[in-house]
Amino acid sequence: MAALGIAIGGSNWFSALALGVTLLKCLLIPTYHSTDFEVHRNWLAITHSLPISQWYYEATSEWTLDYPPFFAWFEYALSHVAKYFDQEMLNVRNLNYSSSRTLLFQRFSVIFTDALFVYAVHECCKCIDGKKAGKELTEKPKFILSVLLLWNFGLLIVDHIHFQYNGFLSGLMLLSIARFFQKRHMEGAFLFAVLLHFKHIYLYVAPAYGVYLLRSYCFTANKPDGSIRWNSFSFVRLISLGLIVFLVSALSLGPFLALPSVFCLWFKPQGPRGFLRCLILCALSSFMFGWHVHEKAILLAVLPMSLLSVGKAVDASIFLILTTTGHYSLFPLLFTAPELPIKIVLMLLFTTYSISSLKTLFRKEKPLFNWMETFYLLGLGPLEVFCEFVFPFTSWNLKYPFIPLLLTSVYCAVGITYAWLKLYVSVLTDPPVGKTKKQ
Amino acid sequence: MEKWYLMTAAVLLGLIVRWTVSLNSYSGAGKPPMFGDYEAQRHWQEITFNLPIKQWYFNSSDNNLQYWGLDYPPLTAYHSFLCAYVAKFINPDWIALHTSRGYESQAHKLFMRATVLIADLLIYIPAVVLYCCCLKEISTKKKIASVLCILLYPGLILIDYGHFQYNSVSLGFALWGVLGVSYDWDLLGSLAFCLAINYKQMELYHSLPFFCFLLGKCFKKGLKGKGLVLLIKLACTVVASFVLCWLPFFTEREQTLQVLRRLFPVDRGLFEDKVANIWCSFSVFLKIRDILPHHIQIMISFCFTFLSLLPACIKLTLHPSPKGFRFTLVSCALSFFLFSFQVHEKSILLVSLPVCLVLSEIPFMSTWFLLVSTFSMLPLLLKDELLMPSVVTVMAFFIACATSFSIFEKTSEEELQLKCFSTSVRKYFTCFTFLPRIIQHLFLTSVITMILLTIMTVTLDPPQKLPDLFSVLVCFVSCLHFLFFLVYFNIIIMWDSKNGRSQKKIN
Repeated sequence: MAALGIAIGGSNWFSALALGVTLLKCLLIPTYHSTDFEVHRNWLAITHSLPISQWYYEATSEWTLDYPPFFAWFEYALSHVAKYFDQEMLNVRNLNYSSSRTLLFQRFSVIFTDALFVYAVHECCKCIDGKKAGKELTEKPKFILSVLLLWNFGLLIVDHIHFQYNGFLSGLMLLSIARFFQKRHMEGAFLFAVLLHFKHIYLYVAPAYGVYLLRSYCFTANKPDGSIRWNSFSFVRLISLGLIVFLVSALSLGPFLALPSVFCLWFKPQGPRGFLRCLILCALSSFMFGWHVHEKAILLAVLPMSLLSVGKAVDASIFLILTTTGHYSLFPLLFTAPELPIKIVLMLLFTTYSISSLKTLFRKEKPLFNWMETFYLLGLGPLEVFCEFVFPFTSWNLKYPFIPLLLTSVYCAVGITYAWLKLYVSVLTDPPVGKTKKQ
Repeated sequence: MEKWYLMTAAVLLGLIVRWTVSLNSYSGAGKPPMFGDYEAQRHWQEITFNLPIKQWYFNSSDNNLQYWGLDYPPLTAYHSFLCAYVAKFINPDWIALHTSRGYESQAHKLFMRATVLIADLLIYIPAVVLYCCCLKEISTKKKIASVLCILLYPGLILIDYGHFQYNSVSLGFALWGVLGVSYDWDLLGSLAFCLAINYKQMELYHSLPFFCFLLGKCFKKGLKGKGLVLLIKLACTVVASFVLCWLPFFTEREQTLQVLRRLFPVDRGLFEDKVANIWCSFSVFLKIRDILPHHIQIMISFCFTFLSLLPACIKLTLHPSPKGFRFTLVSCALSFFLFSFQVHEKSILLVSLPVCLVLSEIPFMSTWFLLVSTFSMLPLLLKDELLMPSVVTVMAFFIACATSFSIFEKTSEEELQLKCFSTSVRKYFTCFTFLPRIIQHLFLTSVITMILLTIMTVTLDPPQKLPDLFSVLVCFVSCLHFLFFLVYFNIIIMWDSKNGRSQKKIN
């Protein structure tokens, strides 16, 4: 009984957090789902019923396969489980087929694959330095980071309501970052290469990977002042990475505005932490200036930023502004009435927790927000009230129905741009670190 | 308070779970001609809005009492009227007389669910938060954990937000009553409790402990001085609140009598449908409902109920204390549930609320009871197609309690509040040291049985000759559990020497 107690009891808070959020995801099964649900059902059907040569040609449905091959194989593997739930969903002609069993299978597949994300978070927590923590569990950086990642508002509503598979993909990315922190560079590079072939949107952060691996892994040591030591170059390492990284960089469509930060990574290497910041900047830059960007792409920047937020107060402040506005910008994704209380309560939950816990963690340093930032963040409340509750009942609703969306986009753009600029400044002005082992 | 953000997180989590459960089906969804409790509540909005007060409880061509006639006290009727008023602004079709019968739509479901959430937010949730914040001798972390666990209690969530009812209103008022009376705001507490009774007459299950506790307080203050003053003030408060609630129905004797007839249908039998109490379980062996005449049934039920709750109530009158009050609430409500007349399975919630209040004192046994109470409603939940939310909320509740209170480490005699009892027994049987181990084994057996029965009920078909086999098994097993808990809680009350001063160190 005691052994059972210790296994289930208070010492295993991480399992409790992971299990808790999984149960919440189960409760979200009957919520609204977008056309992405039909997209993935169609891909299950295509990969299951057609030969490989037809996968990228099949066009019965408007949602043709537009992810790289690994994702197609992933759907193929899922389809073999799907046939035990409902055979009909695997018929290519069954457009918009969504029986209750199909829904159950699809939702469970997202919840199940999130296991990789949970594992990645667990690995990330190991990389966190908890020296400045108090004795209280809820004030430890590991605990706060686990909550910020496992219970991330954006992931919950995009994956488990709107319907997508960002959970395990973000898990791959976080795992590769964790491996870099743990000095397991080959694994990190491999994981990233795999990730790229699941979803090509991660090409945007490829420059960060490329430069970091070349500079900090292929050149095995630095001079005392931090500049490059050319004779420490390792051909073995370069070649072993070559096939993976250079191919990627060459294909990169990376946003050119990320280039200064990428140069920074070369000339002022700061180890895994510097790589992480560069990665976030690449992701954010691509969000800001990229082609055909979806609002969900903000998650690409928000999730890795969580790792930085429990480290330094400056990063925490940037993280909070980025996350709060980024999450709020996802609101228009859920426009149905039954989901309104869910998105508001979940947003309140995540926002109050993240702000309060990080404030408590860094209470000995200067306040996280200045008056301007506080004002801006508080302004989100009245904005939501106006867009969701006041505007629909005014006469302008018929003439200019796009105004709430416009206001939301513009207001959030201000916040995200501000966070991007602040992060850029902090990357460019931070002093370089000599030896990587200090990180 | 420090860590207010964790308290906020706990409340918001409670809200999220409630609303996501409400996305599922409700009782009687898509099942004409009678539908279920959801349609009953909609119908009451229709009746109270369109008909004058004098006709609310009477049978007429406009108000067919056979089709979900009003059978709750006036406050429910006023609440329905208020909701109907709001419904009129949004869509009058929802409450149109006669034509709205069986009305079902997504928008209407959203409206009805919202009314439950608003009532919960205004009455029940603040009471829970205030109660836990006022708990003495426990850390802030445990207070927040208590709020989280109480708000995650699956039984209330599934019935109010799944099946569809407004139990959080009456339970919330009762909790305000407990708060008032425990912290010496006696008049306000009695007023709150009277409101609770006037919302649902089942709250009478809690009335005896309130009465005994307040009477005990009066005796303590001395019946010749302050005590008498308090007694008179309380009497006036109670009478005034009843008069205020029933005012429109006191104008004629026939009105009052008709309402009483609707509230207490003594013509119906000892029990209806399957419920986890003694009479239903006993009828598996002997069909007393058919053998004994009606008035004998009433008398037996009356005797058993009162005999089982008498010791606790007498002790509470002689030694009134907030702790004794809470435990007596549990044992009284449980006695009524097990032995009383015309008990419905949802009435277990009346026992669950007081058990939630003692969650921080005896976490292990309370968690066990609350799990069984949810399990006892399994047939009802399955009928409403609430299997998935039931399983998920029960697991969430269990994990929350297990991690917050480390319940498996709190099974010693002292932590189960059985120390005094065990010491007394050891005077006669020196080897009586195995109580905690027995209880642990019983818990494991109980959980395994409940899981097995759930799986069987969901996956297997009952045999042709016994179509109700699984429901009856669930009720029977639950009843055995409840009897065990009745004995346990009574032991705590009767052996609680010095009103818990010796139990201080546990928390």
